[in-house]
Amino acid sequence: MTAPGPPPDSGLGPRAPGGFAGQLLAFAEELRQEGLAVGTSEILDAFGALELLRWSEQAEFRAALAATLAKSPEDRHVFELVFERFFFRATEAEAARRRIGEGGGDLPGEQEINLDTLRQQIAAALRDGSEAALRDLARLAVAAFGEGQGSGVLGVDVQRIRRALGLRAEPQPELGEGDPRRAGIPREQLRRFEQHLRRELERALIERTATLPPKRPLGELDRALPSGPIQDLAAVHRVVAQLKRRLATEGHEQRGRRRHAQVDVRRTMRASLQTGGVPVELRYRPRRPRRPEIFVLCDVSTSVTSASAFFLSVLHALHDAFRKLRSFVFIERISEVTEVFERERDFRAASEAISRDAGVADVSGYTDYGRVWEEFLALIEDELHPRATVIVLGDARTNGRPPREEVFAAITARAGRTYWLNPEPRLYWNYGDSVIAAYERHCTAFECWRTDQLEGFVKALTRSTVS
Amino acid sequence: MAADPVNALPNPPPAPESVEEIAAGLRRVGYLPGPSTALVAFLATKLGKPVLVEGPAGVGKTELAKALARLLGRRLIRLQCYEGLDEAKALYEWNYRKQLLRIQTESDEAGWRDVQEDIFGEEFLLQRPLLSAIASEQPVVLLVDEVDKTDQEFEAMLLELLSDFQISIPELGRIEARTQPVVLLTSNNTRELTEALKRRCLYLWLDYPELEHELHIVRLHSPELDQRLARKLVEVVHRVRELDLKKPPSIAESIDWARTLILLGAGELDQATFAQTMSVILKHRTDLDTVAARVGVVLEPADASAPAA
Repeated sequence: MTAPGPPPDSGLGPRAPGGFAGQLLAFAEELRQEGLAVGTSEILDAFGALELLRWSEQAEFRAALAATLAKSPEDRHVFELVFERFFFRATEAEAARRRIGEGGGDLPGEQEINLDTLRQQIAAALRDGSEAALRDLARLAVAAFGEGQGSGVLGVDVQRIRRALGLRAEPQPELGEGDPRRAGIPREQLRRFEQHLRRELERALIERTATLPPKRPLGELDRALPSGPIQDLAAVHRVVAQLKRRLATEGHEQRGRRRHAQVDVRRTMRASLQTGGVPVELRYRPRRPRRPEIFVLCDVSTSVTSASAFFLSVLHALHDAFRKLRSFVFIERISEVTEVFERERDFRAASEAISRDAGVADVSGYTDYGRVWEEFLALIEDELHPRATVIVLGDARTNGRPPREEVFAAITARAGRTYWLNPEPRLYWNYGDSVIAAYERHCTAFECWRTDQLEGFVKALTRSTVS
Repeated sequence: MAADPVNALPNPPPAPESVEEIAAGLRRVGYLPGPSTALVAFLATKLGKPVLVEGPAGVGKTELAKALARLLGRRLIRLQCYEGLDEAKALYEWNYRKQLLRIQTESDEAGWRDVQEDIFGEEFLLQRPLLSAIASEQPVVLLVDEVDKTDQEFEAMLLELLSDFQISIPELGRIEARTQPVVLLTSNNTRELTEALKRRCLYLWLDYPELEHELHIVRLHSPELDQRLARKLVEVVHRVRELDLKKPPSIAESIDWARTLILLGAGELDQATFAQTMSVILKHRTDLDTVAARVGVVLEPADASAPAA
């Protein structure tokens, strides 16, 4: 091939060596950069799968790669994004290298494009939701309205063309009867059309300048699955799901060492009577998997206002994950809110209900840890047992009141494990009225005010069981 | 290697040679595959790799394995996983009682060496699902259901089986697969599976289907249901799924609901019918409340439509 080399600094770079295989390896490399664990065996699988298929169908090609390379819902989402980006760029780069143009702007009879008809056609295609038609129309629209070099900023050009087409989300009653734009166009469809426009503009730009713009790395927002209403809340839920698994499988490694159940001598002897005293049939002690039982105490006083939304969302997520969970909020007194969280599915409604009727503030509105411990102990003394886990969410600022750590010690002694999640940076611990050191002697304390720290807590949980 | 025709069934249906063929075959045995389902099933039969099927509960993961078994004319061996499942239940176990009896009958004449060789033979081996899948004379479909319920040690044990189709038994040595099974593992994603296990599998994500697709499925399973009513039902289910529920209804629930409506002879899906039957698709009290408040009210009231119903 004697294609002239690309101009320097074009961003095109040399084509990946090795033809198609090279491209696929480059694609796998990009997946790795975005955090997917793509191993050699996966790549081999991908090649094996592609050998069996016709490649004429993009959907098939894509599904085969997805089945072999992206092996979880999150990975699958990232895969889709990277697939779009990579193959779009690879095609465009190759086209620019070979100087193949689409001839955009030389559309036959370009001058005669009736702008009004075009507007109507686009609106109609949006209503009918035909992807292929939309792509063609977007190309036409770019040819009609994207004249000149544009502003150089894609987003600005996209909006300029959209306005020129008169596409709006709001109803436009001044338009004629029967115009599909009259009732306004759903935002979702507008967004889709804008994507087509952006892509066409990008294509035209690459073609004109024969350079490839630097690729945009995926943002945290693109990467997240479109699930939760609040991004943060979704992250908390994800971590709590992890926590659930950790707590549920804890102690399993211990079970691994004595894999086989213990022989129940009494029942074995009894069974052996049938066979004349020869213990032919062994009877085992039943194995009971551990069911985590959790008590969560959550500080909702003013000193932790900024963190309490986070804490409440943690509580909310915990409630989704665990059945045997009892939650309490406290300031000066303690109040059980298990009911509220079971009833309210909506996080905001739950937090409102708590601030309205929990009745935890007494006189001053300042946290009184000593009193809280006493009340807590009195409330559930009989229900604490070595298999229970107690999690305290609070800043351990007593406002000068006695910390009563001996009561706290009594709680931790009864419960199997106690964890403290403190929303303050470790630097501030034990300064002023913070008495976390007194409590830390009896439990494990973690700094926790972001989801990644929550994740750290969950990880530490596994580590502590190994040692 | 193992899938040679010598060991196959006397007259097995020919193995599907293309994605379309397997899609048509699945449809024939009563399973409507989604876009990538047929493709992955095809790859699994061709590449001989296990498939990890993930997705919400009740979208037809287990059903896919059954359909594949029917399509390929193979026996389905199913291993249901649960917490605390171990080798003795999944792989093999020595038939301890039989061994004891053997020792007792022989103890006088035979020396220890003879007995020892005797009692660790295949005769005293109890085959559990995994071993019987591998040792089977005819190729089978092996379904390891809900593999996320087991613990990690068990997963590690599965690895040997999944990558090499062989099992090591200390007393006997290695048992290699006589025929190569098609292996499906399902997971409800309650636990992250290990990388090592995922690495050995093809991955198939089954999600709630598109409206039209689900309509086809419902009509396939309950053809007696009025077409208009079926569409309405699927639309309501889709609307319910959009809410934030503890357990959103799955395809299985849609089908159950359709059957319920047929049994009740309901001619219309109105508020009253919905209120009576929505416990079929919702399994939590709180979900029931949410749905009654959000979805129930948008349906027509009972008396607005056909009075005959």
